[in-house]
Amino acid sequence: MPPDSPPVAVPAPASPTSAPPSLIALFVAFAKMSLAGFGGVLVFARRAIVDRHRWMTAEEFNETFALCHFLPGPNIVNLSVVFGSRFRGIAGAAAAFTGLVGPPAVVVTILAALYARFGEVEALRRILAGISCAAVGLLLAVVFRMMMPLIGKRDLVGLVVMAAVFIAIGLLRLPLPAVLLVAIPLSIAITTAIRRRAAA
Amino acid sequence: MNSEGNPVLTLAWTFGLMSLFAVGGANSAIPEMHRVAVDVQHWLSDKQFADIFAIAQMSPGPNVLIVTLIGYSVAGVAGALVATLAMCVPTAVLAYGVSRLLTRSSHSRWPAIIQASLVPLSIGLMGASGLILAQTSDRTWTAALVTAVAAGLASTTRLNPFWMLLAGGCVGFAGLIG
Repeated sequence: MPPDSPPVAVPAPASPTSAPPSLIALFVAFAKMSLAGFGGVLVFARRAIVDRHRWMTAEEFNETFALCHFLPGPNIVNLSVVFGSRFRGIAGAAAAFTGLVGPPAVVVTILAALYARFGEVEALRRILAGISCAAVGLLLAVVFRMMMPLIGKRDLVGLVVMAAVFIAIGLLRLPLPAVLLVAIPLSIAITTAIRRRAAA
Repeated sequence: MNSEGNPVLTLAWTFGLMSLFAVGGANSAIPEMHRVAVDVQHWLSDKQFADIFAIAQMSPGPNVLIVTLIGYSVAGVAGALVATLAMCVPTAVLAYGVSRLLTRSSHSRWPAIIQASLVPLSIGLMGASGLILAQTSDRTWTAALVTAVAAGLASTTRLNPFWMLLAGGCVGFAGLIG
């Protein structure tokens, strides 16, 4: 499950949505997209929710995802909760969440047990070392792709905020909560001030 | 280091808090996971952290399941369960609350401003994740080359990432990573 791609706009066909899903349908749909979700669950989530089941239009899906993207925590987990609750309240949220996280968590726990047992085997160590090099590359590619719009728009403030967070966390290794408690209010204040001036 | 408390409680507290600070998703929190798991609590070595990241990338499901692996290595199945729930539930509850709130006043301009302010932060965090993981994984020139090639291919082609991970694994198995 390499990093999810940044959100992209999807053209919204005017397709009517179908009947709201049952709790079991929610659980099964999210379990399936999660287990299939190699290369990012998001793509599979969109395919299942919008194309296959027609539970949401592409536009509704994009709005829901945008909401989940600015909330902290794993985006796709937030999406499952927001999506499930929209149809079936708290029970729906729980069904979608359990479907998304439960089955792959069982798989990963089994892998963790195997790693605890065989992690010192020389061949496995070498293979994992190679995989992690490639995985770091995939992560860096996502970072580049997300940076491009900032550079394209010559968003100087955004780039400075980005660089400051990178230095504080990556180089100085400061604790995350402390950095964000300073950076988030500051970034929101600057963005608001700039938008006010632009609007004036 | 961790003598005063039950490690399962430490996991719950650590990831419960981290959940609310993972701006931009699980990969943004990797530097914090590394700081806590390797530097502060000494749950894992640098090499084990890189291995766990590799296993998480090869597994199905959301990226956040890297915490399941960390939890397991600290306290077995109970640790895996507690770490996973601690990382997911607080933010899930928050998402539930916010989505209820926003359907009532969906024309607020705050979501757009907050999103515009948070995107650069999350890119900075993910960049830091990349740096920290590169420092632990890329200890030789071949290793750095594998990372660079994967980054280049993933940026310029639509090749399925699975093939790059597989190729990385093969290069590693051949003993070229060192």
